[in-house]
Amino acid sequence: MASAAEPHTFPQLAKRAVADTQLRRNIGNATQTIRTKRAGVVAEVPDWEELREAGRSLKEHTLRNLDRYLVQLEEAVTKAGGQVHWARDGAEAKRIVTEIAKRHSAKEVIKVKSITTEEIKLNEALEAAGIRPFETDLAELIIQLGDDVSSHILVPAIHRNRAEIRELFMRKLGLAELSDRPSDLTAAARTYLREKFLTVPMAVSGANFGICDTGTICVVESEGNGRMCLTLPKVLVSVMGIEKLVPTWEDMEVFLQLLPRSSTGERMNPYNSLWTGVTPGDGPQEFHLVLLDNRRTDVLADRTGRQTLNCIRCSACLNVCPVYARTGGHAYHSEYQGPIGAILTPQLHGMDEAASLPFASTLCGACYEVCPVKINIPEVLVHLRTRAVARSGFNMEKLAMGAAIRMFDNPGLLETAQKIARVAQRPFVSDGYITGGVGPLRQWTRARDLPAIPAQSFRDWWRTRR
Amino acid sequence: MRVALFITCYNDTLFPQTGIATVRLLERLGHTVEFPEDQTCCGQMHSNTGYGDEAIPLIRRFVKSFRDAEVIVSPSSSCVSNIRTAWLRTLADTGDETLKRDVAELVPRVFELSQFLVERLGIDDVGAYYPRRVTYHPTCNSLRALKVGEAPMRLLAKVRGLDLVELPDARECCGFGGTFAVKNEDTSVAMLSDKMRSVLGTRAEVCTALDSSCLMHIGGGLHRLRSGVRTVHLAEILASTEKDFMHGERR
Repeated sequence: MASAAEPHTFPQLAKRAVADTQLRRNIGNATQTIRTKRAGVVAEVPDWEELREAGRSLKEHTLRNLDRYLVQLEEAVTKAGGQVHWARDGAEAKRIVTEIAKRHSAKEVIKVKSITTEEIKLNEALEAAGIRPFETDLAELIIQLGDDVSSHILVPAIHRNRAEIRELFMRKLGLAELSDRPSDLTAAARTYLREKFLTVPMAVSGANFGICDTGTICVVESEGNGRMCLTLPKVLVSVMGIEKLVPTWEDMEVFLQLLPRSSTGERMNPYNSLWTGVTPGDGPQEFHLVLLDNRRTDVLADRTGRQTLNCIRCSACLNVCPVYARTGGHAYHSEYQGPIGAILTPQLHGMDEAASLPFASTLCGACYEVCPVKINIPEVLVHLRTRAVARSGFNMEKLAMGAAIRMFDNPGLLETAQKIARVAQRPFVSDGYITGGVGPLRQWTRARDLPAIPAQSFRDWWRTRR
Repeated sequence: MRVALFITCYNDTLFPQTGIATVRLLERLGHTVEFPEDQTCCGQMHSNTGYGDEAIPLIRRFVKSFRDAEVIVSPSSSCVSNIRTAWLRTLADTGDETLKRDVAELVPRVFELSQFLVERLGIDDVGAYYPRRVTYHPTCNSLRALKVGEAPMRLLAKVRGLDLVELPDARECCGFGGTFAVKNEDTSVAMLSDKMRSVLGTRAEVCTALDSSCLMHIGGGLHRLRSGVRTVHLAEILASTEKDFMHGERR
């Protein structure tokens, strides 16, 4: 997290972002492309709304019975030869992963994209223990090589264009010649990663789904680099949030349709890796599952907030969000960006870190409309705004809101206020519009005029006609 | 029919012409309009900014003002959607079961104007005349929360003299979002510029919508640009007749 002196609230970071024309073009083009693709493939599915409903109700059912399902998963994983670890928070999870690496004398680990390990800052912990993590997902690799941070939950390097990536690869991978063709960039990354796949003894992965009845873990990705991580090293450690469970193998039918169409706009996901414990002579010979809470049980205890845990990390809400399209992901100052980030981050990291995020939305509802598991994001945003207001101390806004209620709860007072405002606005009015002012008026009028309060209110007019 | 008008606080204060047009239109269609004078505000700004509990007295006031109404009509999609979608949520944790019951009983009688005309009354030709090139911006609340669908387009299509042009990227939010426009000024203005570009690209003279608050945002930007393009609430277009344009084209 940034130091207190650095700007880190959403409005501060967004101000910088909207002024960056290149960034706005990169993000705008990329989200528009995915948006269109998604809309096309979703329209092909005749029972899409039923699928969404199935996804929502499966998630809700699982979360309501989470205690039972977690135990079932633990038993199934153990029976299949895996080891289950419980981590109350990030610190515990990091200690568990680091200890496993040390036990195997691993100096390097390869990683397949996992936002959960970003959430707990696992890479920093590994580095502090003298273990070098290598990201293998192409976009994550770009972020890691550039000492950058992710700006999209699915396309972490969405803010980078090809020319920037070419320059970064030439500099960091020591390449004298490289074009900016996607196939050449991918080939450069592949050459760099291949050696790691074949020599590094341990991999750390995230998990998209944990299937309770069989103890199977699933990772969904597009490049095959993840598949390499999940099959080549001797030791595999998967870090999974406790909300990622699905009860049965059959339930995957729903999610493996919802996820690729919502996320990348594809009919089917290119690489669906599923593994159950260990198999002698094939794949990793040691498998560890770290089940991470990290405030998820607090979220579960909150009646309105708990639907946040339905999220399958598809990123449809980011791609459709008009705010995200203008600011990009860095303005959210979190590993979870966009509308889902605006509700997930304050709940997982606490309001101290993210009090401005619930306000980073116009409540336009586009996110709710596309969410494959029907998370009512605007509803949760408003709920978290209430929480942000409740914990903030006395301020001008509270004073003004209180005054407004006293005014609105008294028609006579409202009329008096209208009369006073008509007089008070005079110095700022020209030609029927207010073009300057103080306080919130100043924020409004920097780029927009405001109609002046006319001489007669509707109420006045109504009285005159009777 | 007896129609109770909920004018909303910002229409009352800033856009009385929208309320006047709504009255003229409903009366022309043969309805009796009533205006309960102790009404004020639905509390949308408070609930959306995180002051839901503070808004409860306003809910109580509204219920008292409109208890006896047959139907309640309002020329504001966001206020109607606040009543329809947020009130019961706001009241969820209060122990006031009577108020909850009253609200649940009242909500189905509250209509946004265009939905009232097309869905409840079943009319799309209101006998209006408006000789202007017009584009329609479907505000987020009308589009997603109220799902007004084709109602406004059907009404506009029947207005004589009106040249209706499609707005590109119509479903994109204009960036108003109530206090968002002030709290996140930079992002709001970035969204507004794109919306204005779409409106100006249509070469329409007038941009219309079901919500004066979104129109205040778009119109405020267009006025700052000295674009000459005006924002006019749908109610005003529907209330217009040839008589309004006879002497010196005042609209």
